[in-house]
Amino acid sequence: MTSTQSPERRRTTPTRPGDRIFRGTSLAAALLILATLAGVAVFLTAEGIPGILASPDDVKHGTTFVDYVVPLVFGTLLAAVLALTMAVPLAIGVALFISHYAPRKLAAPLGYVIDLLAAVPSVVYGVWGISFLAPALVPLYRWLEENLGFIPLFAGPASATGRTILTASIVLAVMVLPVITAICREIFLQTPRLHEEAALALGATRWEMARLAIFPYARSGIISASMLGLGRALGETMAVAMVLSASGVVTFNLISSTNPSTIAANIALTFNEATGLTVNALIASGLVLFVITFGVNFAARAIVDRRKDFSGAN
Amino acid sequence: MTSTLQTPRPESGASPIASSLRGRQLPRWAPRALVAAAVVLALVGVFGPLGSWLVLVGWCVAAVIPIWSLAVEGRRKATDRLVTLLVSTAFAITLFPLGSILATVISRGAPVLSNEFFTYSMRNIVGEGGGIYHALMGTLLITAAAAAISIPIGLFTAIYLIEYGEGTRLAAWIRFLVDVMTGIPSIVAGLFAYALFVIFFGPGVRMGIGGAVALSVLMIPVVVRSCEEMLKLVPNELREASYALGVPKWRTIVKVVLPTALAGIVTGVTLAIARVIGETAPLLVIAGLTDSVNLNLFDGRMATLPVFTYFSIIVPGVPPGPSIDRAWGAALVLLIIVMLLNLGARLVSYFFSPKGER
Repeated sequence: MTSTQSPERRRTTPTRPGDRIFRGTSLAAALLILATLAGVAVFLTAEGIPGILASPDDVKHGTTFVDYVVPLVFGTLLAAVLALTMAVPLAIGVALFISHYAPRKLAAPLGYVIDLLAAVPSVVYGVWGISFLAPALVPLYRWLEENLGFIPLFAGPASATGRTILTASIVLAVMVLPVITAICREIFLQTPRLHEEAALALGATRWEMARLAIFPYARSGIISASMLGLGRALGETMAVAMVLSASGVVTFNLISSTNPSTIAANIALTFNEATGLTVNALIASGLVLFVITFGVNFAARAIVDRRKDFSGAN
Repeated sequence: MTSTLQTPRPESGASPIASSLRGRQLPRWAPRALVAAAVVLALVGVFGPLGSWLVLVGWCVAAVIPIWSLAVEGRRKATDRLVTLLVSTAFAITLFPLGSILATVISRGAPVLSNEFFTYSMRNIVGEGGGIYHALMGTLLITAAAAAISIPIGLFTAIYLIEYGEGTRLAAWIRFLVDVMTGIPSIVAGLFAYALFVIFFGPGVRMGIGGAVALSVLMIPVVVRSCEEMLKLVPNELREASYALGVPKWRTIVKVVLPTALAGIVTGVTLAIARVIGETAPLLVIAGLTDSVNLNLFDGRMATLPVFTYFSIIVPGVPPGPSIDRAWGAALVLLIIVMLLNLGARLVSYFFSPKGER
């Protein structure tokens, strides 16, 4: 690429106006993206600050902003972490199945099937979760309460509708699964062929080959894929808003009918009825969500980029 | 890979030395037969009348393989077979929600679809009847506006990253921040559009164009990434040949680089549209919902399919039945649109991309 540019610098002919315009337009478009990103932060801060500073009497929820947002942050993190604990092992398994276990000819179609999961709109997940998954899980929750009730997570009383934080996390897990799978699959496929064949030649079984050659090579990739999935799970709105019957409490009880809400779901559920400073408080909670997801994504991308520099793949 | 693992079967009359070198193995038919039995049992369990407990029975049948292998082949081989079983199970588990979503949405949404459903709005409708015309038009208009904003910005940014800024620090930063931007939660994009429009139109603003702005924030990074990948694939020889003929750089980009990458760009843009057309949260915040047809992006609330689906099922009214039916119908229409866009994108890239590149 540089070879095409260096003659341009040495060129003695005057630059044509067409070139200057085109270059200027593309640079402006690129800078506009930076401005948008900065704009998201600036506008959310500008509209959010009055909400953060509002006194408890002026807002609908009737508490200070910190008291308001802490349970929401808790719910957001709880739902996302639960979703990841389910999704990451499953995604690694699926990615390994597609990249190394499935017959070569089937691998691409199977990958496409998993990608279809990512294409389903979140509102469809919500409709499915509220009317199929939640009722289907009620017997399981009842069983968990009766047999594993001594564990605080399953203390109950079990929800009669099944619209619990565990159900919401399962829907979230299904939604982030294709994201994590797609990245893991790419990274597993990049494993140097010679490493794999060397392991096999030493007599390793296929699983030992995966442990010796694939996983050490893919470790940082798996971590960053999980973090990208975490970012997605933290910000997912509609599925949680529809599935969860939330009451803004802080509890680790996963199967009862009183559940912590998440920031995104809370905004979606209350924004349309909100007025005055309550709107500003909601925007401020959106700012908190933005900061959290931005941090997670920033870290994940930084790991991916660092890996690109130091791995032997490129 | 499998061929390197499979050793020829021991002959019945093999010499004792050869068999001591080879180790004992499961009979070759055993894993296949057990897996086939398990799959049949699982399929009968899912589709048949006997109940889903058969799936569990099927899995237990498959789980015989590693146990048997432990007895015959030893611990290492047994672990390998166990992992194969677990990995395949993970894939089967993942197929379940996809199949379940498609089955429920199609079976409950298909009966609702009718001529009236596509040509009527919800104006003055209580109970049965009515349709999604207003929401369908709103979705198409807002998405078209979002595409009209995002495609030029995204494409020009990709051109900057590849053709002008390659190797500069600014380009590296933009590339990194575009990656980070793909992770912005959709509801935050909606709040951004709201906070932006409040400045001009005052509190409580609801506008179709605001939805388009919010969707653009989500769409631009996707467009940039896919266009960038496609421009990277254009061979440098083409550019250099064009420069050698004295063609200015901008005409080289317009006449040589972009046409070469066109199929890939169309694919990427279509996938980006498919991604944002199903977004609910930002439209819920900034576009709102209305019962009548509104074709003006700059004037008041606009209904969209996802938001319509959401409210139809969350606030169904009395009696709830017809509204929930409409929600399933709208969900099915949305799903069909998204799947068609995905399919179209794959077909474009399959038929029109330069041969030998992918």
